[in-house]
Amino acid sequence: MSEVQYQSAKTVKEAVKMMQAAKGKGYILAGGTDLLVQMKSGARTPGVIVDVKKIPEMVSVAEKNGAFTIGAATPAAVLGENKKLRKAWPGVIEACNLIGSTQVQGRASAGGNLCNASPAADSVPALVAAGCIVNVAGPKGKRAVPVEKFCTGPGKTSLKPGEIVVSLTLPKRPKGSSDAYLRLIPRTEMDIAVVGVGVSLTMKGDTVTDARVGLGAVAPTVLLVEKAAKALIGSKLDDAALDAAADACSAACRPIDDKRGTIKYRTKIAGVLLKRSAMIARDRIHGIEHRGHRPV
Amino acid sequence: MSEHRPNTEGKYKWIGTRPDRPDGADKVTGRARFGADFSLPGQLIGKVLRSPHAHAEIKSIDTSKALALSGVKGVITAADFPDQPNLIVPTGEMQVNMRDITRNIMAREKALYEGHPVAAVAAVSEAIAKQALALIKVDYKVLPHVIDVAEAMKPGAPLLHDHLLTEGANPPASKPSNIAKRIEFKKGDAKAGFAQAEVVIEKDYTTQAVHQGYIEPHATLASAAEDGQIQVWSTTQGHFQVRGFCARLLGLETSQIRVTPTEIGGGFGGKTVVYLEPLAMRLSQKAGKPVKMTMAREDVFRASGPAPGGNVKVKIGAMKDGRIVAAECIVEMQAGAFPGSPVGPACMCSFACYDIDNVYIEGFDVVSNRPKVAAYRAPGAPISAWAVESTLDILALQLDMDPIDLRLMNAAKAGTKTAYGVTFNTIGMVETLEAVKHSAHYRTPVKHGYARGVAAGFWFNIGADSSAASHVGEDGSVTVISGNPDIGGSRASLALMAAEELGVDYNRVRPVIADTASIGFNFVTGGSRVTFATGLAVVNSVRDMIRELKVRAAKIWKIDPEAVIWEGGMAKPAGNQVGTFEPLSLADLAAQAGRTGGPINGHAQLNVTGAGPGFGVHCVDLKVDEDTGCVTVGRYTAAQDVGTAIHPSYVEGQLQGGAVQGVGWALNEEYIYNAKGRLDNPGFLDYRMPVASDLPKIETILVEVPNPQHPYGVRGVGEVPIIPPLAAVGNAVARATGVRMVDLPMSPPRLSAALDAARPRRMAAE
Ligand SMILES: Cc1cc2nc3c(=O)[nH]c(=O)nc-3n(C[C@H](O)[C@H](O)[C@H](O)COP(=O)(O)OP(=O)(O)OC[C@H]3O[C@@H](n4cnc5c(N)ncnc54)[C@H](O)[C@@H]3O)c2cc1C
Repeated sequence: MSEVQYQSAKTVKEAVKMMQAAKGKGYILAGGTDLLVQMKSGARTPGVIVDVKKIPEMVSVAEKNGAFTIGAATPAAVLGENKKLRKAWPGVIEACNLIGSTQVQGRASAGGNLCNASPAADSVPALVAAGCIVNVAGPKGKRAVPVEKFCTGPGKTSLKPGEIVVSLTLPKRPKGSSDAYLRLIPRTEMDIAVVGVGVSLTMKGDTVTDARVGLGAVAPTVLLVEKAAKALIGSKLDDAALDAAADACSAACRPIDDKRGTIKYRTKIAGVLLKRSAMIARDRIHGIEHRGHRPV
Repeated sequence: MSEHRPNTEGKYKWIGTRPDRPDGADKVTGRARFGADFSLPGQLIGKVLRSPHAHAEIKSIDTSKALALSGVKGVITAADFPDQPNLIVPTGEMQVNMRDITRNIMAREKALYEGHPVAAVAAVSEAIAKQALALIKVDYKVLPHVIDVAEAMKPGAPLLHDHLLTEGANPPASKPSNIAKRIEFKKGDAKAGFAQAEVVIEKDYTTQAVHQGYIEPHATLASAAEDGQIQVWSTTQGHFQVRGFCARLLGLETSQIRVTPTEIGGGFGGKTVVYLEPLAMRLSQKAGKPVKMTMAREDVFRASGPAPGGNVKVKIGAMKDGRIVAAECIVEMQAGAFPGSPVGPACMCSFACYDIDNVYIEGFDVVSNRPKVAAYRAPGAPISAWAVESTLDILALQLDMDPIDLRLMNAAKAGTKTAYGVTFNTIGMVETLEAVKHSAHYRTPVKHGYARGVAAGFWFNIGADSSAASHVGEDGSVTVISGNPDIGGSRASLALMAAEELGVDYNRVRPVIADTASIGFNFVTGGSRVTFATGLAVVNSVRDMIRELKVRAAKIWKIDPEAVIWEGGMAKPAGNQVGTFEPLSLADLAAQAGRTGGPINGHAQLNVTGAGPGFGVHCVDLKVDEDTGCVTVGRYTAAQDVGTAIHPSYVEGQLQGGAVQGVGWALNEEYIYNAKGRLDNPGFLDYRMPVASDLPKIETILVEVPNPQHPYGVRGVGEVPIIPPLAAVGNAVARATGVRMVDLPMSPPRLSAALDAARPRRMAAE
């Protein structure tokens, strides 16, 4: 392994400068739970590592007019302890708190999860369902990207040279809203999603007035499934609507056959999890709690 | 809940108690030193170049560029090892051929599996060693490969070994094939038995290769000196085997090699063979410096011996009342790249739980382009038991019988003759079935949504060669020295038996595991033999020491040694007519040792026979998510005939650990090969062993049916518990869903596909 330089930034501006100076050999270090593993295996060989954990706005959560802005490097454990955030976005938080184990969550961040650009990243389908906006800073200033447009392929993002993700903004929730995330793993933890589904709903009484669906691990990037959302909007989450939404999820799948699951299995599970996530989100809107990490 | 049913209530002071283990403090504080923790000044780092191909001829190897790299101190290939004769040697419960071992540690004519070592380097740093590997040029001619056993058995399959003629073939083999061996066991007349049967059930099953998954990868440190002596530190289950194998592989005398076993982070049978040790030794000889080598987890998966997968056909014939009248089992088993799968024990164990008059068993040992299999707890037995115990469950369902009652009706007892020829002495199959039948678990109705599965298992356990010594210190405290790496709490058990025998406090007995130069030969830690066989050696060494202690007391009292007894840790006169003397404690006798004849030690060495077989019965409640195929285990009880539980906590630990590994085998673990014959899941993310949150606490029932051939009734306990879980889980899944799984693992995608395939049939049935 050749020499790696460690640099620590105190401001976003400084971090961007360091990344620019590294000329394509720079990597942001958030929790390091992906990056360090990849360096050890030889999959990544950075010249410079830019640690962003000393930049206050990147490791904290701010609320403004009902919208939450999450520092990209905030550890998942810190997010889980934020009661207000958990109440507004239980699905996003349960997704973040599924990452790895208690130990991993002391470090792992949502920003890292997103920038690592794995199609199976757990927080991303929930962020897609949430309509999250990714706040990017770079040599040419700031820009905002809808989360579903952020990743472009396995391990690939739309970040340009020198750009970093500063934070993630979750929009203000209308009344009667909630969300849920479920993933299927063969075990109960320390595993990688075979399929992950995030659903965000807004309801008026028994009727769904707005919905978004994020679908992970079944295509090169996490998908926003608009057809599934459409099937739910206007319904009372009756069987016909759920079936239609599940079918839309299955239809959206472009999975591969691999050691983790067959195409057939992944396609089927996408539908199963859509229904279950939607029901959990609905229950949450109606004040019924759901916890536990197995989709059973 | 844990039940312990001792048969020794009040008989013993130390046996059956649960003191802290002697190695416990060091392990929880991190002071204990495992394989990779040993280093020497000036050591080099050794690395292995492994074949990327599943099957390839090695046309040439050019190491010149690697050798020329600054910092590289040695490079070796197969040319650095003498070829070996066609000679079978035992390694615990498996047999290996020296000709094959030398080819397995370093590929010779061909690379036979992905990960097969082809060269190794020693360099001043890991980075340079890695660079050097990249500079070695191997000219391969890639050959067609075969991974699957059924494929490998077909005529025309790619041949691994040109010389391999099927041993035991009928008629004798004239052409080479991948079938190394055919074996057969017969009892009575199976054909006539099936003709008489009122119900016959026949089914085919498969299992996949699984890895022991010990948390500590293989690691070794070797230091060759100028005078030809070599010291080795190794994480192994048998340092005497390391010494023996390496002496042959390097052409040395055993007395030139001194192997010290480190603390071991799991082995389960997988550390009874050599991989890195001979390489590190040869590299150290070449470089003149100590060489340290460790495997990465990927290397462990790709190139150390997993347990085989197998195909099993089972046929059982019974009368309508449940009495089994005939049984047949045919096992085809992966050996890996070289002959020697545990198909023998798989065959022998298949029906050993039951008293059946007519039995036919046939087995095939088959090579394919996989790493050579190694032992894994009760090698082979879980595979045949998966098939037999599943078939018995089908029979119980068909006859509408309780699965335990069906097994009780057919259970083996003292006097039952097995299909492999042995007649059982005192055994506990019936007692163990009864224990489950009357357990809190079995008596509790199954929870809504759950179903219950039951299965049994049998393992021989072994004895073999052991040596032990006991020394009394000047203050009367005792050191007990033996030579078996402790993989399951054996040090505590040995110390408990020594304390009991001597009548002294457990805390005054220190058990030590000596290196190969400091104690006589000990066969590997395997076959559940250590507490039994080495335990017997320890007991005998203590008795030898007590004999000497009595002599010393007699000398002090000036009476005949025959007139001295040993009781409660003291020498006492054998009765009033001998004279009245104050009893002499160990400390008293130790203090006067110099004047009575010198140090007081005891020794024992023996070939131990009379191992008591063990039986296990497991019961599991689980539920199946019909949409996803995910299985949730709700309750699990493992009962076993454990002889005498010397240290009940560690016996329980064995039952729990075996059950967990068996559940992993049943549900998710498997070697997955891609089309190129490369292992696709060489890590713990995609090779899915259970995690803690997957399982409830495993409840245990220790049934004590003492082994009459051991002074404390010890039977081996470490292997039986991995045998029943596969079928126990499968039987519960079948009862939960109505779908009988015949292929392992029952992973969510597989189980879901089976449920979907059966859906039309199941709906029609409703
Ligand atoms: C044992 C274990 C279990 C795991 N289990 C899961 C799991 O269940 N689910 C799951 O989804 N993941 C899992 N992971 C993967 C990993 O923990 C997550 O992806 C985590 O969210 C990554 O966050 P991090 O802060 O550690 O990222 P890092 O490793 O610091 O960064 C990841 C990548 O993103 C880049 N990056 C990070 N932050 C930024 C930024 N602000 N701007 C630009 N680029 C950036 C880094 O350069 C790097 O390439 C697991 C990992 C381990 C080691």
